[in-house]
Amino acid sequence: MTLASLSPLWPELIVAGAAMLLLMVGVFRPETDNDGEAVGWLAILALIGAGVVIIQQPTASQTLFDNAFVIDGFGRFMKLLVLAGSAVALLLAFDDFRDHKHMKFEYPVLILLATVGMMMMVSASDLISLYLGLELQSLALYVVAAFRRDDVRSSEAGLKYFVLGALSSGMLLYGASLVYGFTGSTSFPVIAGIAKSSVAAGNIGLIFGLVFLMVGIAFKISAVPFHMWTPDVYEGAPTPVTAFFAAAPKIAAMALLCRVTLGAFPGFTAQWQQIIVFLSLASMLLGAFAAIGQTSIKRLMAYSSIANVGFALVGLSAHSAEGTQGVLIFMGVYLVMTLGVFACILSMRRQGGAVDTIDDLAGLSKHNLPMAMTLLVLMFSLAGIPPLAGFFSKWYVFLAAVNANLWLLAVVGVLASVVGAYYYLRIVKIMFFDDAAEPFLPVRAKALAVMAVSVVFVLFFVLPFIGGPIVEAATAAAKTFRY
Amino acid sequence: MALTAGFFYLFATLAVFSAVMVIVAKNPVHAVLFLILTFFNAAGLFILLGAEFLAMLLIIVYVGAVSVLFLFVVMMLDVDFAELRAGFIKNAPLGLMVGGILVIELIMVLGFQVLKPGIAAQASVPIVPGASNTAALGRVLYTKYVYFFQGAGLILLVAMIGAIVLTLRHKEGVKRQSIAAQNARTPATAMSVVKVPSGGSMIPDAKPARVPEPVE
Repeated sequence: MTLASLSPLWPELIVAGAAMLLLMVGVFRPETDNDGEAVGWLAILALIGAGVVIIQQPTASQTLFDNAFVIDGFGRFMKLLVLAGSAVALLLAFDDFRDHKHMKFEYPVLILLATVGMMMMVSASDLISLYLGLELQSLALYVVAAFRRDDVRSSEAGLKYFVLGALSSGMLLYGASLVYGFTGSTSFPVIAGIAKSSVAAGNIGLIFGLVFLMVGIAFKISAVPFHMWTPDVYEGAPTPVTAFFAAAPKIAAMALLCRVTLGAFPGFTAQWQQIIVFLSLASMLLGAFAAIGQTSIKRLMAYSSIANVGFALVGLSAHSAEGTQGVLIFMGVYLVMTLGVFACILSMRRQGGAVDTIDDLAGLSKHNLPMAMTLLVLMFSLAGIPPLAGFFSKWYVFLAAVNANLWLLAVVGVLASVVGAYYYLRIVKIMFFDDAAEPFLPVRAKALAVMAVSVVFVLFFVLPFIGGPIVEAATAAAKTFRY
Repeated sequence: MALTAGFFYLFATLAVFSAVMVIVAKNPVHAVLFLILTFFNAAGLFILLGAEFLAMLLIIVYVGAVSVLFLFVVMMLDVDFAELRAGFIKNAPLGLMVGGILVIELIMVLGFQVLKPGIAAQASVPIVPGASNTAALGRVLYTKYVYFFQGAGLILLVAMIGAIVLTLRHKEGVKRQSIAAQNARTPATAMSVVKVPSGGSMIPDAKPARVPEPVE
């Protein structure tokens, strides 16, 4: 193996190398409360660099390390989303962490390492690389959840996430060992070959392994009934960390689920389809109904993310190129909307500090019309009102479900979407029609930039030169798998 | 051959003896020390079997890390072992039952050749001819599995960073060694001459040296 043969690995090497280099930079610099700012900017630069390298890569599929690592259109699309999510979440962290005098250099380093883990997950084509990527990502996430260690709720979030995450990792490993035991290989192409053969048809051991694998991954995407940790962790973790949790890791875990179901178990479609359909139905319904009673906007976003995962799973359950394309588009639009909403949540600051209840937004339109309009557009998009981006992302997944004859899923999805519209529109009503509360402090430049980009994207997704290339890229990426 | 057999009996006897002593020893620190002795003897047995890599791992991981951790726990937590032992007779039937099941399982595991002949042939894994098992492991670890190996390394790095981020606190007033600053001290910077007025007194402005708290 020569260095040139490692060229598909450059994006990961850049991010991992930057993490280690920045760790050294941080350690040997004089220590202050906010010594992470320069390190943070360099980390963002590394993420952008990795993204540029991914765009430059040739479009052909390549595998490395005996099929453990695969580069293909699907992986590239998902990796770009992950990198964008990490970079923007890091950008949003600066101001809030500086307020708390807690912008330590370890934070960007941990985000970079989590990003490496996510990229490994997206490229995983082997049970071992799947597990290593997942653990690298999760371990870094447990730490950043508890990053504000003097805050009881942050520590609680970290601990809760860690304990439940360890449990899910155990289940995933158990499933992986069963799959290895029944197929004799950890490599996805080999497993796919065996699972397709008539010998393995309906093999109960293999089904058990598949179920446990999917339980482990369903925990990471917080699909119902494995969602219990999500509201507590989202609420307790520092808000920039929550923004990060809601964005990149979800995408990576969704990519992993696609790899396992479409890449390793195309021969067991009937079996995993049942599971995905159930997860999808349960997530959409619980996400829609449980969010109604929430008062904290962070908790509301947690339930919203659960519901959105349900919608994305609708596309996956179709098991068609159309469905996978739907998942890709949905996750891309979800990423932009979520980060935009969190930029708004991070701007909810008063003299005494940050606030996060929905009632604090009362009468926002009277003080800060642009921010209220931003939130209005994003909420309309999350509710799925045309012609915003959120409508199209749902359109693609539901269309795929209908074409795959999954009528029940599509009907329940639309109904859940209507229920969800209630709580999204309630926020709009509170902002525009309730009596004005105390005004917020002015919005900062970084949050403003993120808000502006997300609103422009959501508003003009319908235009061919914004939505078009994304849909095209997703279509090409979805062809990676054979259906 | 006789030499090998002699060493086998030496290691085996010592291992069993020290394992018994782990349970019997009254002083928990002694028990941990006997545990370390057990590990060493087990490592010796592994070397006799030709499994030198396992022997090294046993010494490095179990003796070097795990038992040191045990020692820390035993010494720091101040567990009252007499209290733990108090219910010995009461719990004896349960212990005997668990032990009995374990013995039966051991017999089944060790008697596999009688129960199902031919299974031993499947258990053996070919080793690269002419290489010790450390070398054989090293060859695949850094070639075929290099990606996994480096990934695992990154995970350990995250664990280390996480442990430091979440627990390290710089306390005020703790003096840290700075060799450069200490070497750069000169009489001019270290000493100052004060003029005490006759009949007066002088209170130094530096903090008073810390008085160690009385030991209970």
